[in-house]
Amino acid sequence: MLDGLSDIKNRIVSSSAEEVVASYLERIEKSNINAFTCIAEDAIEQAKKVDSLDIEGPLAGVPIAIKDNISTKGLSTTCSSAILEGYVPPYDAHVIERLRKAGAVIIGKSNMDEFGMGTSTETSTYGPTLNPWDTERVAGGSSGGSAAAVAAGQVPVSLGSDTGGSVRCPAAFCGAVGLKPTYGAVSRYGLVSYANSLEQIGPLANRVEDVAALMDVIGTYDNRDSTCVKHNAGYTDTLQDGVDGLKIGVPDEYFGEGIDDNVQKLVWDAIGKFEDMGAEYTKVSMPNTPYALAAYYIIAMSEASSNLARFDGTRYGNRSEGENWHMMASKTRQEKFGAEVKRRILLGTYALSAGYHDKYYLKALKVRTLVKQDFERAFEDVDVLMAPTMPTPAFKIGEKMDDPLSLYLSDVNTVPINLAGVPSISVPCGFSEGLPVGLQVIGNYFDEATILKAAHSFEKNTDHHTKLAAEVV
Amino acid sequence: MITKEQVEHIGWLARVNIDEEDASEFASELSTVLDYFGQLDEVDTSDVKPTYHVADIMNVFREDEPRGSLEQDAILANAEEVQDGYIKTPKII
Repeated sequence: MLDGLSDIKNRIVSSSAEEVVASYLERIEKSNINAFTCIAEDAIEQAKKVDSLDIEGPLAGVPIAIKDNISTKGLSTTCSSAILEGYVPPYDAHVIERLRKAGAVIIGKSNMDEFGMGTSTETSTYGPTLNPWDTERVAGGSSGGSAAAVAAGQVPVSLGSDTGGSVRCPAAFCGAVGLKPTYGAVSRYGLVSYANSLEQIGPLANRVEDVAALMDVIGTYDNRDSTCVKHNAGYTDTLQDGVDGLKIGVPDEYFGEGIDDNVQKLVWDAIGKFEDMGAEYTKVSMPNTPYALAAYYIIAMSEASSNLARFDGTRYGNRSEGENWHMMASKTRQEKFGAEVKRRILLGTYALSAGYHDKYYLKALKVRTLVKQDFERAFEDVDVLMAPTMPTPAFKIGEKMDDPLSLYLSDVNTVPINLAGVPSISVPCGFSEGLPVGLQVIGNYFDEATILKAAHSFEKNTDHHTKLAAEVV
Repeated sequence: MITKEQVEHIGWLARVNIDEEDASEFASELSTVLDYFGQLDEVDTSDVKPTYHVADIMNVFREDEPRGSLEQDAILANAEEVQDGYIKTPKII
C-alpha cells in the first residue's frame, strides 16, 4: 500500500521534509511513465524552508504534482502545448496560493492532454503518459500525469482539472481516487481556461481522506473568480460517519450499450457491498443522458474556440513568422496547436457561426437544461447516484487516436455531471484483467461531504486501494 | 457534410491557417462529429430555456477600490519581442 498523507507527515516529523521530498524526487527520476512536463528546480529548497522555518500547515512538507494548466509563479506552465513552450506565469493560481500557505511543496507540473482536450493524455506535445499498471496502455486523460504520478507513488497527492471527466477518468484508469467538485466550489483563478462553464480543479490521491484533506485546503471562497460560490466546506468533518440508511440511486442509462460487462459487474458488486454496509438502492431513470455527450462537446468546443483565441504568439508563448499580424497569428496557431486542439477550435467556431448558432450551440444549452433537470429530479429521492466511471478499463496507446469520435464516446458516463455542475468522485472498485476499474459516486450540489463519506466507507471495507501498480518502484 | 472550402473558411475565421491536405482530412473528421451532433434534433426543446451557467449567481460586485496589478517587467518577460516597454508585433494594418 502506498503512503497516505498521515504516513508522510509522520515521516517528516521523524526525519525531515527535505528527506521525504528527496525520496519522491528519486522515484520520479527512476520512472519512465512520463508523468511530468517539468520538475521544480527549487523543490528541495521549498522543503528545506519548511524544515528550517518550522512552517506549519496541514500539508507542511508534503510534495504535490500540479496539472500543467494551473498557473505556478516562476514555474513553467505549458498546458502540454507547443504554443506555450517557455511560458512562465508571473502569478500563482488561487489553489497554488492556498497550497503554499498550507506548506505543500510544489514538486513539478504533470503531463496532460493538450489544453485538456482528450481522454488519454496522448494529445500532449510531450508524448503520452503511460499507465503504471500496464505501460502499453493509456493513463487516461486529460489529467493523466496527475493520476499516474499518484498511482506510481511519485507523489502522494496531485491536482487535476475536470471539464468532462478529466480527473475521474485517469483516476479510474490508474486505480486512484479523483474528485470533481461542484461547479463553483473551487476558484478557477489561474486555471488556463478551456471550457469555463464546465471545468473545475479537483484533487487526486490514493486515499479518499487525502482527497478530502486537499479540498479543505483549496475549496475556499475567492473573489477573483466571479463563478466561485461562498459555501460551508468541512470536507473532512463527516468522513468517518457510516453509510447506514444512505439512499443510492442507480441510473439505468449509465449501464447501457458500450459499457463493458466486467465493469458493470464490478460496479454492481460495489453497490452490493454498500447494501451490506446498511445502504439501500433503487433504480432511477435519467432519460436525457443519451443526449448529454453531444450537448457537452458542442458547448465545450464552442467555449474552447473563444477561450483559446488568446493564444496567438503576441504576448506570450512562441510565435511563427508572418509578414503581418494576421499571418503571424494564423501560422503560429497552425504550427503550434496539435490536431485535436485545431479540430475542437474549428468545430466550436462552426457551431457558433452565423446560421449554425441556434442549430448547435443554443440547442446544446437547452439539452443541458434537460440533463440538469434529470439530476434535480433524481436527488429528490436519493442521496447519491452510483455508476461506472469509465465504460471500459484503460485502452492501448494508439488504439483510438485515428478516430476522434470513438475517443469522445469514452466520456459517456462522466460528461453529464459537468453539464449539470454536480460533484462526483471516482474510487477504485476492483480489477478487470489486471486493470483498475472505477466506481463513480455522484452527489447533489455542494454535498461533497456525502460522496466523500460514501467513498471513504467503501474504501475502509474493501482492499482495492491496497494493491500496487507494476510501475511502483 | 462539411466541405474542404468550408473548413478553410472556418480556419480563416478562427485564425488557424489550414493547408489543403489538412483541410481534406479535417473535412471528413468534422463531418463525422457533426453527424453525431445532429442527434440533438430528436430532442424537443421548444419550451426549454438554455442553461448558460449552472450556478445561480447574478451580478457579482466588489468594492470599487484601486488595487495593484502585475509589474510591467513581469508581463513583458513572456513576450517574444519587446521594444521600449511595449510588445512588438508585425504590422497589423
